Amino acid sequence: MLAEFTDRTWLWTAAGLYLAGFIQGTTSLLRQGRPAGSATYALIAAGYLMQLVGLGIRGRAVAGCPLGNPFEIFQFIAWSSITLYLVVGVTFRKSLLGYFTSCLAAALTLLSLAIPAWDATQRSHIFGSNPWIELHAALAVFSYGVFGLLALTSIMLLLRNYSLKSKNLGGWFSFLPSIMDLDHIGVRLLGAGVAILTAALAVIALFYLRDTSTANILKIATTTMVWIAYSLVFGLRISGRLLANRFAWACLILYAAALLSIPMVDQSRHRPPQKSTAAKAPAVRPV
Amino acid sequence: MSAGLFVIGATHHRVPLAVREKLSLSAQAATELQAEFAAIAGLREFAVLNTCNRVEFYGVAASPDALASVIAAFCERQRFDAAEFEKIWLNLRGRDAVQHLVEVSAGLDSQMLGETEIFGQVKNAYAAAQAGGFTGPVLNRVFQKGFQAAKHVRTNTAITEGQVSVANVAVDLALNIFGAVKSARILLLGAGEIGEKTAKAFQSRGAAALTVASRRFERAMELATSLGASAMPFEQRESRLGEFDVVVCATSAPDLVVSLGATRAAMQRRPARPLFFIDLALPRDIDPDVAKIDNVFLYNLDDLAKIAEENRAAREAEITKCRAIAMEKADALWRQVAAQVESLARSDPAPAPSPSGPAPIADPQGITKGQ
Repeated sequence: MLAEFTDRTWLWTAAGLYLAGFIQGTTSLLRQGRPAGSATYALIAAGYLMQLVGLGIRGRAVAGCPLGNPFEIFQFIAWSSITLYLVVGVTFRKSLLGYFTSCLAAALTLLSLAIPAWDATQRSHIFGSNPWIELHAALAVFSYGVFGLLALTSIMLLLRNYSLKSKNLGGWFSFLPSIMDLDHIGVRLLGAGVAILTAALAVIALFYLRDTSTANILKIATTTMVWIAYSLVFGLRISGRLLANRFAWACLILYAAALLSIPMVDQSRHRPPQKSTAAKAPAVRPV
Repeated sequence: MSAGLFVIGATHHRVPLAVREKLSLSAQAATELQAEFAAIAGLREFAVLNTCNRVEFYGVAASPDALASVIAAFCERQRFDAAEFEKIWLNLRGRDAVQHLVEVSAGLDSQMLGETEIFGQVKNAYAAAQAGGFTGPVLNRVFQKGFQAAKHVRTNTAITEGQVSVANVAVDLALNIFGAVKSARILLLGAGEIGEKTAKAFQSRGAAALTVASRRFERAMELATSLGASAMPFEQRESRLGEFDVVVCATSAPDLVVSLGATRAAMQRRPARPLFFIDLALPRDIDPDVAKIDNVFLYNLDDLAKIAEENRAAREAEITKCRAIAMEKADALWRQVAAQVESLARSDPAPAPSPSGPAPIADPQGITKGQ
């Protein structure tokens, strides 16, 4: 029976589990006044495995990393965020990070599943036989996952800061990590995200230096702008000029902008390809 | 008639401090009393719990006479009138004794509701009795299962959540900012009692770098020495403000001792690291406007007292839930040991000769609290 499940069935199941984690977390907070802790972690982990299977099936079908349309990109971002959460979340087990992560993952996956147009075009062999472009795409989208988790820790930092400034420390606020812990994890996530995105851009830069005709200018420009913006925020934070609430707001706004740019950038795929002197794989487009 | 499982003692609920002082056992006296108990015929097992708020004897007695001997030995040692003791004592049997142990271990019976120190004290009392060979199958089971039950109460309720003293609330707030106070640099301005208590609370949670400053430098030195801290001239408080993470102010100065300008300057030197002010002084020591600066947090005495009061109320709201769990666990545990208690009590039918002292307990299964 499981063998008959399509990729979307697995992905719906994963989204359901993420949603269940969020609902369970909400119920636990409302009824017991505390996060569900390991139960949320278990639901997220189960959803992660389902999503891994779904993305694996999709990956086989499209013969590459499934990053061919907004649906796949949003799924991959959610998966990347969860991957990181499962690693760093261990130290935040009793905090609200799991709750927020399940909320983000449920929102991204359900949104992508609920808009059929995002998955209307399933392109196969989008990376042709070039592993470098696939690596670039995977790294770039994975960095968005890192920035997703950064956005969550930024929300938690804003809430913790608000609770301390307003002297409202009871209830849900008591499960937020400390200001310093959130700041440290935020800087590390930002640094990791910028490093991964830098690597993604470096890979594609090397590729385009050899063949500029296949370059998608809008996509490269957008990715570069995202990279510049995050690098700038990182630089300002390290130099002590963007701190606390303003740092958190900057990370949140940047992530919203980065997510909003994805469908817009994806539209550029549908434009007729420029004449290519190489013309080996017309569908090959870096993400 | 068998006396069975019992707890006898005096606690803060019914016994004022002045009387508790008379009943309190020194370590030496407790050891000697245990030796006396061990010699009582018909006293099968026992353990002595002796803290500043209670002195309690848990045990299994084969007869009312054995129990009377326990009371007589204690009162004689403390030179306390046995008849007077009977008016204030805690005297529980069987299942109620089990429930009392669970409630005491869980901090439900403590003066500061939900405090956790008592758990360690009960464990130590049990360990001492066990090491002396005074416990047996009943008390071993009752104490070990009782500890599990107490842990269950504490884990599944909010009885231990939130601090209820001003000093500990301040430390909890610092933890919410810094995550840990081990590496936090703390400045204590003023060498008064409340400041000292707060500094000690920080040290008890691992704070290592403590500096004391007072208008009278010799007083600052004195306090710093007693706390194992360093002293700093009071005049340097603003120029060196940036070196510290937590500033506890408790001076009697009529004016502000930390200004907005000095705080701004300090934050420019350490922008990424928060600064936490705890203003315990009246009138206040710190300019209230410092709270408007990013990464600066200011709490005064009223703020801390309000949080402590809210936490106390929250703990009290949990007491019914805690007692229900303790009752359920005590029922289950008593079902497990009741037969064992009965058999142990019957194993030696010869009761010890009744010493002079309180009259034998007529109803060993009854609950007699503070008669």
